Amino acid sequence: MAANRFLASLRRLRAVAIKEVRQLSRDRVTFGMIVGVPLLQITLFGYAINYDVRNLATVIQDDANTSMSREFIAQLRATQVVRVSYTTASSAELEKLMREGRASMAVVIPHDFERRLQSDTRAVVQILVDGAQPSIAGVAGGIAAMPILARHGEGPYSGGKRLEPRRIEIRTLYNPEKRTAVQIVPALIGVILSMTMVLFTSGAIVRERERGNLELLIATPLGRLELMVGKLLPYVGIGLIQTTLILIVGSYLFNVPVAGNLANLYLATLMFIAASLGLGLFVSTLAQTQFQAFQLAFITLLPSILLSGFMFPFEGMPVAAQWIAQVLPLTHFNVIIRGVMLRGASLPEVWPQLAKLAVFLTVMLSIAVARFKKRLD
Amino acid sequence: MTGSGTAITARQLTRKFGDKIAVDHIDLDIPQGRIYGFLGPNGSGKSTTLRMLCGMLLPSDGHAEVFGLSVVKDAEAIRRRLGYMPQKFSLWEDLTCDENLRFIADLYGLEGDVDARIAQQRETYNLEELRKQRAGTMSGGQKQRLSLAAATLHSPELLLLDEPTSAVDPQSRRDFWERLFQLAEAGATILVSTHYMDEAERCHGLAIIAEGKVVAEGTPRKLMAGVEADIFEIEGADGSAAPRLIRELPWVHGVTQLGVRLRVLADRGERDAEAKLRALLRQNGIEAQIERTQASLEDVFVVATRPDKRGS
Repeated sequence: MAANRFLASLRRLRAVAIKEVRQLSRDRVTFGMIVGVPLLQITLFGYAINYDVRNLATVIQDDANTSMSREFIAQLRATQVVRVSYTTASSAELEKLMREGRASMAVVIPHDFERRLQSDTRAVVQILVDGAQPSIAGVAGGIAAMPILARHGEGPYSGGKRLEPRRIEIRTLYNPEKRTAVQIVPALIGVILSMTMVLFTSGAIVRERERGNLELLIATPLGRLELMVGKLLPYVGIGLIQTTLILIVGSYLFNVPVAGNLANLYLATLMFIAASLGLGLFVSTLAQTQFQAFQLAFITLLPSILLSGFMFPFEGMPVAAQWIAQVLPLTHFNVIIRGVMLRGASLPEVWPQLAKLAVFLTVMLSIAVARFKKRLD
Repeated sequence: MTGSGTAITARQLTRKFGDKIAVDHIDLDIPQGRIYGFLGPNGSGKSTTLRMLCGMLLPSDGHAEVFGLSVVKDAEAIRRRLGYMPQKFSLWEDLTCDENLRFIADLYGLEGDVDARIAQQRETYNLEELRKQRAGTMSGGQKQRLSLAAATLHSPELLLLDEPTSAVDPQSRRDFWERLFQLAEAGATILVSTHYMDEAERCHGLAIIAEGKVVAEGTPRKLMAGVEADIFEIEGADGSAAPRLIRELPWVHGVTQLGVRLRVLADRGERDAEAKLRALLRQNGIEAQIERTQASLEDVFVVATRPDKRGS
């Protein structure tokens, strides 16, 4: 009995999904957008804008641990570009923090810091920069030009020993050539998915309401969960197709490598697709017409693009914007995808972000299911 | 007439939208196996009543049962036994005839040979040539046949049709009603809303609805016989001042022009109405023939929906 009911439910779900794919394949505009949007975006966003950065999450490895090295750290802090989030004594931990994306920059002060200061040839300090993120790589240059320990010595601003810029060694990790495409392409997966997934799903559901189909569907035994899941399933497939498209174009056109495991990448993307579909579903319960749905979808899209760290580094934004960004799934997906794709991070290393996406999905689905009544009023 | 009970009962069924009362405390007893009509103008509450009966809208007050099941609590159980055809074409315009039927069959979980059942519906509703045609390119009559084929695919015991013939030509309307009688013959209860008098006249039972209330109820024949009015047809008084003059009489409910004739609804309580009409016309120099005639359903409708006359 229960098994029969489950089978009947599956049959309805499958029927809705098949119908959706059929309609989609006949809707040339939407069908074109599935392929067109990624291609257009990846070309458009080929170049990013660099902006000044403040409060970069930084890990400090002070192997010298002398008064002079501590003074150097204090000066770094005073620039406000650097926010010392972690201090560590081990290179392994430093690397781990960088790979997980918890720190964007690392400053390594060697144990012979003071001896190197006296010497004129050797680099005094090493700065490691996460090249996977836009705009950050440029910051390191600014720090290197900083008059380190200017006030050290005889007195303020008078004959203090200045360091030549070349004596701070900068290494850009994960993106040694500092190519914008390498930063943009992974993030573009998230942007394109949030754009198309929210837009398509909210539109697809509202369309049934607008064209009067919903009135007929309500009169049938089709359950609301069956309707929602059946309509969303095809878009999961479309999202994966788009991801593949971006990866292929990114790899052939922009030579963007995939450092991490491809299965991990797709699993993480699947999670993000689900979260975006949840958002689309929620939008569909707010809108009465497709036009309203598109407007609402764009309202969610704009903060995603601006605040998620896609265009501007997360650290440079005011606290209020960072709070808003925390609510956006794209913010977390950006951390995941840059980690997995460029830094070769594994899924457990980005689990906090994955968990946040899961929470987002659960909240959106609950609201949507509660709001989607099988009634007209 | 088949020894059966009541398909639908409603008691004080009411639906409000904000301040507006769309359906105002109506009572209904609709017998099984019959074609029952809702006759009323647009906005009178016919669609809202149908939507409440299939559990799509919640009643604001009162209650209704379909096959003894509550439309509020047992909506899902009712849906399996019910076919609904909304006023607007609600199948998918970008799917073909067969794809639409197949989809509906899956939703209702049709058992056995689904293809055979669909083929049977295609034959009954003359859709054979439209198999591979998308619904969006069909004519009004074709869409309506497809809609009815979809609504009856799972052989429902109750069929709710909301103004099913509003977008089709007269021949399609006649064919459509033939099919409704066949379905009723086979045991289905059919509730159909309309604003066409000729369609209303074909129903076994009829409720005239105006401003959310049932203002008259019964078989068309009884309604016509019981009309509280005398009907006169006047020939030779068209195109003149006559309609205006007659309308001013306090005991006249309405004057309708039908070609060269005027149809006058007079209060049944008025004595010598015919002589009074003749006198009025003669006074104004109009020579016309006046003849008493049978009440039509339209007359019933006009009388039933008239604003309370005579001020008493």
